[in-house]
Amino acid sequence: MDPIRESLLKVSHQAKLERRGRLLGLFCISLIVLVVAAIFYFVASHGLATFYHDKINLWDFLTKQAWNPGTKDSHGVPAVGALPMIVGSFLVTIFAALVATPFAIGAAIFMTEISPRRGMQILKPVTELLVGIPSVVYGFIGLTVVVPVIRQLFGGTGFGILAGTFVLFVMILPTVTSMSVDALQAVPRYYREASLALGATRWQTIYKVVLRSATPGLLTAIVFGMARAFGEALAVQMVIGNAALMPHNLVSPASTLTSILTMGIGNTIMGSLENNALWSLALILLLMSLVFNLLIRLIGRKGAMKS
Amino acid sequence: MGGLAVKKRILLIVTLLLSLITLTACQSSADRGESITIVGSSALQPLVEAAGEQYGSEHLGKFINVQGGGSGTGLSQIQEGAVAIGNSDVYAEEKRGIKADQLVDHRVAVVGITPVINKKVGVTDLSFAQLKAIFTGQVTNWREVGGHNLPIILVNRAQGSGTRVTFEKWVLRGAQAKQAQEQESTGMVRQIVATTPGAISYMAFSYVDKTVATINVAGVAPTEHNVTTNRWQIWSYEHMYTNGQPKGLTKDFIKYMYSDTIQEKMLPQLGYIPVGRMQIERNLNGQVTVPK
Repeated sequence: MDPIRESLLKVSHQAKLERRGRLLGLFCISLIVLVVAAIFYFVASHGLATFYHDKINLWDFLTKQAWNPGTKDSHGVPAVGALPMIVGSFLVTIFAALVATPFAIGAAIFMTEISPRRGMQILKPVTELLVGIPSVVYGFIGLTVVVPVIRQLFGGTGFGILAGTFVLFVMILPTVTSMSVDALQAVPRYYREASLALGATRWQTIYKVVLRSATPGLLTAIVFGMARAFGEALAVQMVIGNAALMPHNLVSPASTLTSILTMGIGNTIMGSLENNALWSLALILLLMSLVFNLLIRLIGRKGAMKS
Repeated sequence: MGGLAVKKRILLIVTLLLSLITLTACQSSADRGESITIVGSSALQPLVEAAGEQYGSEHLGKFINVQGGGSGTGLSQIQEGAVAIGNSDVYAEEKRGIKADQLVDHRVAVVGITPVINKKVGVTDLSFAQLKAIFTGQVTNWREVGGHNLPIILVNRAQGSGTRVTFEKWVLRGAQAKQAQEQESTGMVRQIVATTPGAISYMAFSYVDKTVATINVAGVAPTEHNVTTNRWQIWSYEHMYTNGQPKGLTKDFIKYMYSDTIQEKMLPQLGYIPVGRMQIERNLNGQVTVPK
């Protein structure tokens, strides 16, 4: 047969390779999807058992303040009010983001606009180094340095939202900074050139042009940092005091969803109410990380439409 | 060209298969012995780990894997049959959700638990009533129980922790503890009590060091001798639970735990009290009997 005809009719080696590669990719992707779905199913089935199997009212779970799943309150209902932990988690996350944002954006502006060479040579490696430090180290420094300082300045035990905020601020700072740098670097050079050509000063260019057009990217960076702060367990657990109480001020012991979860899980029996209640906390955490993810998506899409 | 690539690939697969076979062969010959896994109580973990290591070095090819995870983990894992032994600080009957009738209890050690306070509190002796009032939140300043004018800061272990369950069982006697800060580990508790003025908590005797102060309860000092006579009441057995009667390596290892090398040498070194030294016996309901 004509070799040209043959090569046209037969599936080529390259096409086979491509098909195999596609199959492999599809397999990997479906494996990941499967794992995620399995995690959701597992957490949800245990977390929802609190409400279906143990007949806890969802509203009570979200709004009551007494957390002591092993004991019953005056109405004979187990005390599973998760509000103190939910409030604690949100407070440390929001405060940490509030404190970290100005520092991160300031550092990012310095690194990209003001002194790119020195910024990239010194600041970038330093922030990257901060990312690599394990969270237990942050927690330990928080416990031995931050907590005693807060105790001397404000009284009390030193454990609480303030100590948690401080530790988380340092932990999320590098993430937010490096993502902000990326966002600022993505602003086209000709925006700056046009702005300067119109007679704007450097500060006006940064403030009115660069920061404005990088806003979606900066927001993504902040939300990313918040997601990390919300899910951090170990370092926060070491400095927040882990009291399932509504925080009355920033220096009274409080707790987060993660800290109560990691502390309690080893002491409970699978399938018991105490265990299910902890899984419900895990479900809230999972849903919140989903919300953060969607938020990042949403910001990305909005920003993309603008430009 | 194509033929060569195919040949190469076949060669590669054959090599991989061969090495896999040799590897598994190697493993099975080295693993001829057995291994068992023990999980649970972090209070008992150091002892079982040390004993397991010693056992492994004395009996070649036998491996004892020891993991922590807490008493709850130990009990639920042994109930499911996932491990050979589940360690617990509390009786299986005391944990809800555990069917204790299938489990066999091996009490290998006794642990005394003492209240510890920050050194600046200025209290050396408390009655059970005072201790209860402190942990339920009725007393909030050390002045009210004879100490300095300092607010009382409670530090608890995590809910369901064996140490906490034992302490609350014998001190609070059913009363509800005041909601206060909780810590996951005894090491953390010790550090906080040592550095926070007015702090009080509780821990096993073996963890007490110079940085914290112990107190006498109702005139009785927290010593090993007082535990063996039950004059010091805040103590618990350390349980190793098996699902049904132990067999094989599990049985041998539990026997080893009761041997003199472990009970008389290793236990006192690590701060546990050998069960053999107990002059009394205490059952699940707290009834004390004197064995013959």
